[in-house]
Amino acid sequence: MHGGVGEPGGTANPVPVGAQTAVEARPPVVPAGKRGTRSARRGRSGRRMLSHLGLILFGCFMLYPLIWMVSSSFKPTGEIFREPGLIPTNPTLDNYPAGWTALDSDFGRYILNSLLIVAGAIVGNIVACSMAAYAFARLKFPLRRMWFAIMLGTMMLPIHVVIVPQYIVYAQLDWINTYWPLIVPKLLATDAFFVFLMVQFIRGLPRELDDAARIDGCGHLGIFLRIIMPLAMPAVATTAIFTFIWTWNDFFSQLIFLTDPDMYTVPVALRSFVDATSRTPWGPVFAMSVVSIAPIFGFFLAGQRYLVRGIATTGLK
Amino acid sequence: MAPTLEGERPGMAAVDEGDPPRRGRRQRSRSDIVERRAAHLFLAPWFLGLALITIGPILASAYLSFTDYSLLEAPNWIGWENYDRLLDDPRFFQSLKVTFIYVGVSVPLQLAFALALALVLDRGIRGLAFYRSAYYLPSLLGSSVAIAILWRQIFGTEGLINRVLQALGWDSPPGWVSTPEYSLWTLILLHVWTFGSPMIIFLAGLRQIPRMYYEAAEVDGAGRLRRFFSITIPLLTPIIFFNFVYQVIHSFQSFTQAFIVSSGTGGPADSTLFYTLYLYRKGFGDFDMGYASALAWVLLTIVAGLTAVNFVAAKWWVFYED
Repeated sequence: MHGGVGEPGGTANPVPVGAQTAVEARPPVVPAGKRGTRSARRGRSGRRMLSHLGLILFGCFMLYPLIWMVSSSFKPTGEIFREPGLIPTNPTLDNYPAGWTALDSDFGRYILNSLLIVAGAIVGNIVACSMAAYAFARLKFPLRRMWFAIMLGTMMLPIHVVIVPQYIVYAQLDWINTYWPLIVPKLLATDAFFVFLMVQFIRGLPRELDDAARIDGCGHLGIFLRIIMPLAMPAVATTAIFTFIWTWNDFFSQLIFLTDPDMYTVPVALRSFVDATSRTPWGPVFAMSVVSIAPIFGFFLAGQRYLVRGIATTGLK
Repeated sequence: MAPTLEGERPGMAAVDEGDPPRRGRRQRSRSDIVERRAAHLFLAPWFLGLALITIGPILASAYLSFTDYSLLEAPNWIGWENYDRLLDDPRFFQSLKVTFIYVGVSVPLQLAFALALALVLDRGIRGLAFYRSAYYLPSLLGSSVAIAILWRQIFGTEGLINRVLQALGWDSPPGWVSTPEYSLWTLILLHVWTFGSPMIIFLAGLRQIPRMYYEAAEVDGAGRLRRFFSITIPLLTPIIFFNFVYQVIHSFQSFTQAFIVSSGTGGPADSTLFYTLYLYRKGFGDFDMGYASALAWVLLTIVAGLTAVNFVAAKWWVFYED
């Protein structure tokens, strides 16, 4: 996004991939001249306590709605409105089975649909985006800068601009209400974000390794498979985690391409759950909402390192 | 793929040809050809995707925007009629207004929060990783249907917020999502709530500023405020710019939140009728594909235009060190 956009080898991004430590904690710096009297030191640690207090309070305030939703999923629906507090007075597990079976199919079906699409998307993104990234990062070919700039440009393209013709084509292929419209584009590396992420990463790998492998008789495929991919595992992990979260959360394209209740994914099913009845059964709805965000939360806990680095690297959400 | 690439490795067939310098040149050019072919093979899926999933549909949508296609019959060329209709369509202007207010208010607010928190967290605070994660979590969940549903409850007539307000003595507070004056603001709040991801980018950016600048400034007697405005802010402008451009593009396309909170209507009284929501309703509610395509092209023009304006304006305020 700097002046170097569209210029492989230029600094297209503020933060280099290699800067793994860049986002880690920096030890507190106390200027030598300020190591003052005891009271001043106490004042400083008092201020520190205060800022911790502020940060914690602010964090609680931010996360309150989430925690409240989780706790409300264990309350009878009638109590949800009456209780703004977090501890249920009459805790119950009934909301979960009630929500699980509230729609035509049970929720397991929707989870399975979502998982199949997510799995396809992850495989597609890893294979196709890393291939494209290898070419952009390591190989010389005509108009490389132009293609790279186009690739970056497609990152900004709103999906809404292409969704209508895509729908028409998929309808003619009889692909509506199948998984294909949601997986095939990933197999064709249309998520330029990940191509960019991996280009940035591969550029950070020493070229000497490629040269050594070439001398040992490796072709480009060999270099890609035996040298680049094993070393690019952190970028691959970031890609997998982000693909999981984005595809799992994706609503717009799933809403459009999946209209048969049997093909619903988790978000689409949740939506029809809320809108199906005039009076929303909040208990079961919250229970299924919790089920729907639990995997994201799990991936978040497991993959934090990659997420933070991935965002810092590419500067994108 | 493998045998061809590896079989045509340079330097094998060329050994007994010509004198050394010429051979060198031939070798290089042959390896260039091999490399080019490899590049095209590696890029094949991407090229295919670019043609079939991106460029093709963009052109098709340009064509469709001049037709009255409804999926049932073949498209009829109707010239500029769809665009003429746009100009007479109050809901089109309403959706533009809603979207511009949403983007114009929520992006600066979100980035202000992100920057403020990044600055606080950058002061070498203990437990940074913990705070960072806690503040980042909403960004991961913010675009999900579950959170939009939660918002609908929290800001509903019988929602969490109103329960608290009643406890504080406000007898009958309005339903925030069901009152046209407030509904859009609940969505703006939801966007601001997801300040975590720009915050992480700001944090990474702050780490890139060399310590010695601050030390030198301190030696020169620059105070805290002066250092902030003369070092931190200028050196951070490229990142502020990046976040701004990205968030504008991104939030212009918001859909899920408005769709869920308003049950897909954009209501009440079109107060949450995001541009993309209107496009969806025209294309996939009314199956007025031609009109939806015209809407899509206007969206593309606006997003591209805003991005271009941002890049031009950047010359005046974004500071590059070199």
